[in-house]
Amino acid sequence: MTRELRIPATGLVVLVGVSGSGKSHFARRHFLPSQVISSDYCRAVVSDDENDQSATGDAFALLHHIVGIRLRRGLLTVVDATNVQPRSRESLLHVAKEHDVLSAAIVLDVPPEVAAERNRTRPDRDFGDHVVPRQHRELRRGMRSLHREFKRVHVLAGDDIDTAVLVRERPWNDRRDLTGPFDVIGDVHGCRAELEDLLGDLGYEIEHDAEGRAAGAHHPGGRTAVFVGDLVDRGPDTPGVLRLAMGMVAAGDALCVSGNHEAKLLKALAGRKVRVAHGLAESLEQLAAEDAAFRDAARAFMDGLISHYVLDGGRLVVAHAGLKESYHGRTSGRVRSFALYGDTTGETDEYGLPVRYPWAREYRGAAMVVYGHTPVPDTEWINNTLCLDTGVVFGGKLSALRYPEREIVAVPARRQWYEPTRPLAAAPDARDIDDLKIDDVLDAGGVETALLGRVTVREENALAALEVMSRFAIDPRWLAYLPPTMAPAATSKEEGYLEHPAEALAAYRDAGVRRVICEEKHMGSRAITVVCRDAATAESAFGVRDGSTGALYTRTGRAFFRDPARTAAVLDRVRDAVGAAGLWDELDTGWLVLDGELLPWSVKAMDLIRGQYAATGAAARAALPAASEALARAAARGVDVGGLGERTERRAANAGLFRDAYARYCWDVDGLDGIALAPFQVLAGNGHAWATERDHVWHMEVAERLAAADASGLIRPTAWRTADLDSPDSEKAVTEWWEKCTAEGGEGMVVKPLGPLPDDRRVQPGLKCRGREYLRIIYGPDYTEPAHLDRLRARSLGRKRSLATREHALGVEALHRLVGGEPLWRRHQAVFAVLALESEPVDPRL
Amino acid sequence: MLLTITTTRHPADDLGFLLHKHPARMQSFEQSFGTAHVFYPEAGPERCTAALMLDVDPVRLVRTRGRNTPDFSLGQYVNDRPYAASSLLASAMANVFRTAMRGRCDSRPDLADTEIPLTVTLPALPCRGGPAQAERFFAPLGWRVDARAVPLDEAFPSWGDSRYVSLTLTGELRLADALNQLYVLLPVLDESKHYWLAPDEVDKLIRAGGGWLAAHPERGAITRRYLSNKRGLVRAALGRLAGVDQAPDEALSQPEIDDEGPDAAGTADTAETAGAAPEPRTPLAELRVRAVLAALHEEGASSVIDLGCGSGRLLARLADDAAFTEVSGADVSYRAVEIARRRTAGARRVREVFQGALTYADARFGDHDAAVLMEVVEHIDPPRLGAVARVVFGGARPRVVVVTTPNAEYNVHYEGLAPGAMRHPDHRFEWTRAEFGAWADGVCAAHGYRVRYVPVGDADPAAGAPTQMGVFVR
Repeated sequence: MTRELRIPATGLVVLVGVSGSGKSHFARRHFLPSQVISSDYCRAVVSDDENDQSATGDAFALLHHIVGIRLRRGLLTVVDATNVQPRSRESLLHVAKEHDVLSAAIVLDVPPEVAAERNRTRPDRDFGDHVVPRQHRELRRGMRSLHREFKRVHVLAGDDIDTAVLVRERPWNDRRDLTGPFDVIGDVHGCRAELEDLLGDLGYEIEHDAEGRAAGAHHPGGRTAVFVGDLVDRGPDTPGVLRLAMGMVAAGDALCVSGNHEAKLLKALAGRKVRVAHGLAESLEQLAAEDAAFRDAARAFMDGLISHYVLDGGRLVVAHAGLKESYHGRTSGRVRSFALYGDTTGETDEYGLPVRYPWAREYRGAAMVVYGHTPVPDTEWINNTLCLDTGVVFGGKLSALRYPEREIVAVPARRQWYEPTRPLAAAPDARDIDDLKIDDVLDAGGVETALLGRVTVREENALAALEVMSRFAIDPRWLAYLPPTMAPAATSKEEGYLEHPAEALAAYRDAGVRRVICEEKHMGSRAITVVCRDAATAESAFGVRDGSTGALYTRTGRAFFRDPARTAAVLDRVRDAVGAAGLWDELDTGWLVLDGELLPWSVKAMDLIRGQYAATGAAARAALPAASEALARAAARGVDVGGLGERTERRAANAGLFRDAYARYCWDVDGLDGIALAPFQVLAGNGHAWATERDHVWHMEVAERLAAADASGLIRPTAWRTADLDSPDSEKAVTEWWEKCTAEGGEGMVVKPLGPLPDDRRVQPGLKCRGREYLRIIYGPDYTEPAHLDRLRARSLGRKRSLATREHALGVEALHRLVGGEPLWRRHQAVFAVLALESEPVDPRL
Repeated sequence: MLLTITTTRHPADDLGFLLHKHPARMQSFEQSFGTAHVFYPEAGPERCTAALMLDVDPVRLVRTRGRNTPDFSLGQYVNDRPYAASSLLASAMANVFRTAMRGRCDSRPDLADTEIPLTVTLPALPCRGGPAQAERFFAPLGWRVDARAVPLDEAFPSWGDSRYVSLTLTGELRLADALNQLYVLLPVLDESKHYWLAPDEVDKLIRAGGGWLAAHPERGAITRRYLSNKRGLVRAALGRLAGVDQAPDEALSQPEIDDEGPDAAGTADTAETAGAAPEPRTPLAELRVRAVLAALHEEGASSVIDLGCGSGRLLARLADDAAFTEVSGADVSYRAVEIARRRTAGARRVREVFQGALTYADARFGDHDAAVLMEVVEHIDPPRLGAVARVVFGGARPRVVVVTTPNAEYNVHYEGLAPGAMRHPDHRFEWTRAEFGAWADGVCAAHGYRVRYVPVGDADPAAGAPTQMGVFVR
């Protein structure tokens, strides 16, 4: 009969046997080469000689290091070394314990003569005849302690060595094979009636036993309930809850993890001494009224509950008090303790309750963790974790999470069944907060994006962004997005022009794009608007609790206005317009993020205008006419002033044009009067990143509707045209439109592709074509002088384009993370990266 | 870009001899940043005007600049240098009128030594401090000063005046003196130089200022501004002025200007440093440091982290204090961290000085017995204070936390501080004692600390002390 050896599928397997016992041979037969770490191999790595005994110390240091890393990563790891001494096994077991994995030993018990004979046939093993017998003696001596050391010990001898079959056992908590859908149910605490209400609302059909008691529930849609534990204690009908849950678990309609109350009740039922408090008395009393058979069944049920489940391919973890990432799927006393009781700081609060370590605040794992244990007034996502204990027994509600839908279903308590020790809403740390960690933005190296793969963020840029972000940016909860930069079209060859539509259109035509949209470029300051229907939406969608209902911020994340009242007034107007345009319902959302431009330029850029543009203009207009006049007088005297006179006159005229160029974008405002907001993209709303789901024509049309619906006059529409790149007439039409707009003082236009984008990653998301006069503000009053223009044509666009592409990918990533309900730190990473990239040295005039 | 010099001393066209430039021709001189032209719009026996016009080439200007010139990027092509009478014009003067500035005129030696009627015009002179400043600097030299502010933009009267004045000086002076005065005072009024300061700047100043600067009532200000507030150079120059010209030494005792600039730790509280009402003998910043050290001693703090250490003023003191086993510093500003590192380099007790932000939880903040937030919280936007409290009191959880912040009630005692204004442009708020107390109470309740308050600085019976300090203990 073949021996079946059960070993942990993800733990540590230690092979034990004297030199020459055939461990390596055995390992090769049963495991992948990468799973087996042998001491010989490590000796070779550190000394180039796998028999160099003097390298043993370093070899084992390396072996332990590799074993530790593999176990941390949840990989089955087999140690191929003699391991005959308890001391060497102890250090390996220590590594396994550190990573909370199970371990097994497989002993190959080969007679020393056989082993010695084998060694003799191997020329590289000339370590003397005394070695194997000594190892054999050590093995014998330690055999008994082996069983204490390992959960499983398999001793193989004779033919068993060659015929044994290995059975890999997954830990009980590993139910990644179950993919749901699930309904995870919070702490019930003996509230049977509410549980029946909730199951009903979730669509379960309750099954009753002969006495009419609820004894099971089945979902016709094949959903599975998952109880987070604490079914028992405090409430009016602990036996009823147990009966229902036990029936569901037995029938495969539910899973259940143990809560701390089950663990304590079990102890009490087993007759062990426990302090009867926190509602245990009620359970004991209620169970005493049940028959012994039920009591036994309940005991067996609670005894069989494990501390956590890993479900749905590892994407969902359920544990009563939550579970930090390094414990997912692991098995040890401290894992169980964490899952049942949470991690406590050892301190107690003013009510004598333990202060819990805020593990969720620091959670950065990919798996969703759903738990209960600590009553909270409302469920709230913290870093992809959710507490479902909404205190039904204290008069709150019983909550469930539909997975994968991420919907919350809750039923109210029928009454307060139990007096809480601490008022439900009073606990300051009951409402956990998803603060950011420095590692989220530094040392992160970059951000994985759907569009471009990993976008690298260099350390110096991250450090620069850290300063700007933390000193000036608004609350990261509002900072959903930062606008990416945009590259200009290739430099024009047209006489007198640096930028011209021809190059932008050609760029897209060459890339295989058939149609583009040309949007008027407003000259103001970029403004991102986040607007919520109300403060409740702000809290549920963004986790902002200070009563604000949105934000208005600049391209570096600063509040647009210092005065919150002014921001609120703008938001009111935008909100009204969104409502009047019917967009809340149409887009099925309570919030929107809009990209736009806020006018006039002078609202935000007054310091820059005063200190640089207007100042330059003032100096030029004071000096040039005087110089021109002096030259004219000298010329009148017959002095040959060469071309200087004419040139100075032309420069005087340029100074005037320069002044007109900036002045066009400045006007005085009074409160909100005179301020205009021109939205040009609806970036995102509930569940949808509209920026990527709709084309730019849709966005322009929505912007037009917003402007039309806005009674306050704040929202300004954006002029736009589409162009067919196969049609010269169409190109001519948009070119003329651009010429007309810019001649009238417009900044220019932005050209963006319509229709399916070619696969080429280098295709720009948009190209700007700025007007000839506008560019005076950028390149100086005299840039149109032929000598200057020729020099400027040598400008290089490569870095700017690369930057625009990368920032665009990050922006889209930020939006997808936002609408995907990802935790704050994940959203913030993408947004932060945009700011970091903005600190890369790129010609700011592009 | 334009300077005209007119004289009416008969025969006025002798001006050409004085300047060594012939009135009948335009002469051009290549400069590193453009071309200087000298020509005469008028040249008669009654009246003669010489014009120096500097035609700045912005591209060449960029090339002569250091990469780190503050306006390197955006201001590259849009700046006033091609138009304004700045240090560029002064350099051009020194180059074009070198001989005239030395007072040498071989053909009219008497004339060079004679005070002659002169009118100087500068249509666009950048002038910090406006027309009054021009008056202050030029009038003591014997000029009648007509300085008119150039409006920033006539179409926007609300924008007010630009920093340029249209300047006309009239007086009877030696031409060489007039030129030297302009050479020194143009960049002084502008307060920005186009080249980096080198030690020979002092020599240039001494040379050009010979005969007039030592007696000028504003010589201290002129020297400091000419040398762009570089303390070492200023001290050397003032010392040499005092030595060479036997001028009183009082210029040396001018208050030093803090070259650290405002940083996140707010070490440069402008209102506090610039004329607090009752001038305290010990500066408030020093009193604050002493109060913080005393609080840490009293609590028996062993290791200390200075959160928002700025350029390391407190950190250096902590590092020198044998009461502490180990000190660290963190600041959000990379530049501040660099300065603090330099300042504490080699100090044995300094564990690390690093860049970090109080709105991001950071393991490096932990593992200290005490933390200090000296003049830090008022630099944080109120909506972010909650996160800061969680990071410091909830996350790092040192046993002792010392927080200092301005007491807004005391602001009435700062002259020149408008009612409701704050002491530093980067302050996001300044708390009254009650407001600080309310915040502190919230922190204590949420994170399990007790707090006591210590006034810092001379306390006023009604308004309290200028700085308030909270000592939080867990």
